[in-house]
Amino acid sequence: MGIDTTALAVLLFFFIVVTAGGFWAARWRRADTLDSLEEWGLGGRGFGTVITWFLLGGDLYTAYTFIAVPAAMCATGAVSGFFAIAYSILAYPIIFVFMPRLWSVCHRHGFVTAADFIRARYDSRLLSLAIAVTGIVATMPYIALQLVGIQAVLDSVGFGGNSNAVIRDLPLLLAFAVLAAYTYSSGLRAPALIAFVKDALIYLVIGAAAIYVGVHFGFHQIFTAADAKLSATKGASFVPARSAYWSYATLALGSAMALFMYPHCLTAVLAGKSRNVIRRNAAILPTYSIMLGLLALLGYAAIAAKTSIIGVDGKPNPQLAIPHWFRDEFPSWFTGIAYAAIAIGALVPAAIMSIGAANLFTRNIYREYLRPSATPKQEAAVSKLTSLVVKFGALAFVLILNKQNAINFQLLGGIWMLQTFLAVVVGLYGRWLHRWALLAGWACGTSYGTASAYQQSSPLTHHFATSLAPLPFSSTKVYIAATALIVNVVVSVVLTLLFRALAVSDGMDATSAADYHSEPTIAHVGEKLTV
Amino acid sequence: MTTSRSNAHEDAQPPLRVTATMSEPDRHHLPWPVLATVVALLALPVVAVLMVPLYARRGPELWGFPFFYWYQLLWVLLCAAFTSAAYLLIEHHRR
Repeated sequence: MGIDTTALAVLLFFFIVVTAGGFWAARWRRADTLDSLEEWGLGGRGFGTVITWFLLGGDLYTAYTFIAVPAAMCATGAVSGFFAIAYSILAYPIIFVFMPRLWSVCHRHGFVTAADFIRARYDSRLLSLAIAVTGIVATMPYIALQLVGIQAVLDSVGFGGNSNAVIRDLPLLLAFAVLAAYTYSSGLRAPALIAFVKDALIYLVIGAAAIYVGVHFGFHQIFTAADAKLSATKGASFVPARSAYWSYATLALGSAMALFMYPHCLTAVLAGKSRNVIRRNAAILPTYSIMLGLLALLGYAAIAAKTSIIGVDGKPNPQLAIPHWFRDEFPSWFTGIAYAAIAIGALVPAAIMSIGAANLFTRNIYREYLRPSATPKQEAAVSKLTSLVVKFGALAFVLILNKQNAINFQLLGGIWMLQTFLAVVVGLYGRWLHRWALLAGWACGTSYGTASAYQQSSPLTHHFATSLAPLPFSSTKVYIAATALIVNVVVSVVLTLLFRALAVSDGMDATSAADYHSEPTIAHVGEKLTV
Repeated sequence: MTTSRSNAHEDAQPPLRVTATMSEPDRHHLPWPVLATVVALLALPVVAVLMVPLYARRGPELWGFPFFYWYQLLWVLLCAAFTSAAYLLIEHHRR
């Protein structure tokens, strides 16, 4: 099959618009200089409700989500696909309750990362390092998966196949080089600005697709087709069976709790200008979940339409379900818009993730261990460079290793991120848990989760086949991250009691109770607050 | 543009971290009936979604959507409404 030139032209047009926007963003809401993490890494901490809504929406609902959720619906149905909707319902009350506290203490002390907060709260460099490394390691494969999203689009336009590897991957390389360049020069302002384009396109495309499905197929028909196919497929489910109730609930809750531990989520939250910006966003972000729900159901539309999932290379790939469905059902120009929405949907989170990971490296590894006297300017320089390294690391991951590795690591990433929940969230309310107990709990939870995920096999693969495993001493399957968190909590609590009994030093708390619900009022220029 | 930004411009001291001083704590000591309502508003969607056996069924259908699917999509909207209500309640009682 040849290249669809109309779709490609539309895709290119939007890519150029977004690129121009990305570079121009350096001047947007102009600061005197971008040479500090406050400006480069957090956009000056000045984003209001609307910009934050676009930024967080663009950040949390990624291209990989757009490709993978309907693909999972198409292949195995509700438990692996639709749980994303339950998860996005649970995430917002959690954000509403915890995030304003975290925002306040970070704003008060100039913290840029969760690990900065942990360092000050628990007076522990090691615990802070553990949180930072977890964030960086969990984010890299997530960036890699954004590339997988772009690849699915490029494959559907007609790139790929068995030709020369350089030519096959050239469009992806170019797209990423451009992304890296404007993230480097504009920092967080670039994805914040591009998010407007991304979200406008996504709402347009999903809205049109949902109306098309409603009018053309009828929802009853796509559900009937999906029910017929999934009920006949082993390991698939149209509605979770009794044995999958706990899987469904723990997947949704565990993912929701892990979500705001991710550096990209925290970066976007800290860029907000007040507590109320965060609270208001917790109330209005669910509009994206409705969109995600409709998108998920397009996976069923692809079942009803019997969409082919054979790639340019002749191999079946469920991730092509949505791009192919658009290609088959819509005129080329609209397909081009849909592809642009997905591709740009990859650029926004990839940029924010690389910034979040870079900030972690700069603040919690570079400044903490390598150069304690780093100036804000040096911090910004290191962060910019790190953002490049992180992105090209992700690119190498996808191009050199099998993309299945990226998917496995992302599965692990969710398990790992949840292990930082205890230290951060309990830390927002007090210092009941001992710093060394938290470190031990983190280590046990992370090791248990990693080992458990590694052992999951299926007829197709020996390891990392699923993120579900039986709860120890039972046959009920639950999300591995949830079991690992239980291990983490038990170890942390028991060791806290032990360390307290032995009067092991607990360090100094650099924060005060008022920091956790303070709101900025009058700006005092030049006041330097120590971390 | 915030005040801090324009002031920073006049002073031309970009390397200094410009952070607002904090005062007037976000009075989180709400009267207990209000606090209870806020907690209930935030907890309800969580409970509703975690009770999987309650909604893991095909019927009754709505506009062709099986119960399992429309129940969760409905809770997306309800969750947004409840969270907004919680926000407005907190705001109202802080004034």
